[in-house]
Amino acid sequence: MIPLSWYIILSAALFTIGIVGVLSRRNIFIILMSMELMLNAANINLVAFSHYSQTLTGQIFVMFVITVAAAEAAVALAIIILLSRNRGSIYVDEFNIMKG
Amino acid sequence: MVNQVIFFYFAVVILASAILTITQKNPIHSVMFMLLLFFHIAGVFVLLNAEFLAAVQLIVYAGAILILYLFVVMLLNVDRESTAARANRFWPWMAGFGALIAAEVILLIARGTFPSEAGQQPMRLAGSGVKELGELLYQKYLVPFEVASIILLVGLVGAVMLAKKRASD
Repeated sequence: MIPLSWYIILSAALFTIGIVGVLSRRNIFIILMSMELMLNAANINLVAFSHYSQTLTGQIFVMFVITVAAAEAAVALAIIILLSRNRGSIYVDEFNIMKG
Repeated sequence: MVNQVIFFYFAVVILASAILTITQKNPIHSVMFMLLLFFHIAGVFVLLNAEFLAAVQLIVYAGAILILYLFVVMLLNVDRESTAARANRFWPWMAGFGALIAAEVILLIARGTFPSEAGQQPMRLAGSGVKELGELLYQKYLVPFEVASIILLVGLVGAVMLAKKRASD
């Protein structure tokens, strides 16, 4: 059978790829997708621990994570549409209105 | 043994498509690799005896969220994509930072000890798993379930309020 640590290593690697995507890309879509990658890494962890502790609680929490991801995607995409309508760009390093 | 080979295939495809997702120039290609990723994560869920969650993953993530992304990517113009730079000017630092985090976590996991007894067999459930999940969701986790529905409502109203055209525009 598959050791628990394999799932955790897979999840950690996926989470790290998501972090690199958020920190290094300019396109705001890819940043949002990298956030989805990180949520999925957390989901793999939760389901793996749920299986290895023989309870279903982790799976319940995965359902809540998926709900929050759906709501987050809807609001974030509305904000992206607003951004591109008002400022004409979807690249995050062109938003320097606060002189950051 | 067979399970390990299947897991290895899923893991390799997940990591490869994740890297391709964050390195593609065209966001539409990124979404397509994301679709591949979600299918294989659903496969990992099946390996972990979470068949209902695998179905939810495919229906909600691949069927709803990803389609939403695809709609918005196609709505906005991407004609600058072919010329604009993909990454910001800090990207080598950030990639090194990510490699550092990954190395640290994997080192910690490799040096730690994990219980090897639990989870070596399929989950012992009375029924199919869906029934138990539903009972847990509607009895023990009823309040978080209701809060989740409120979050969905807020997301719905917020998205409509944000994206609608103002009267003055």
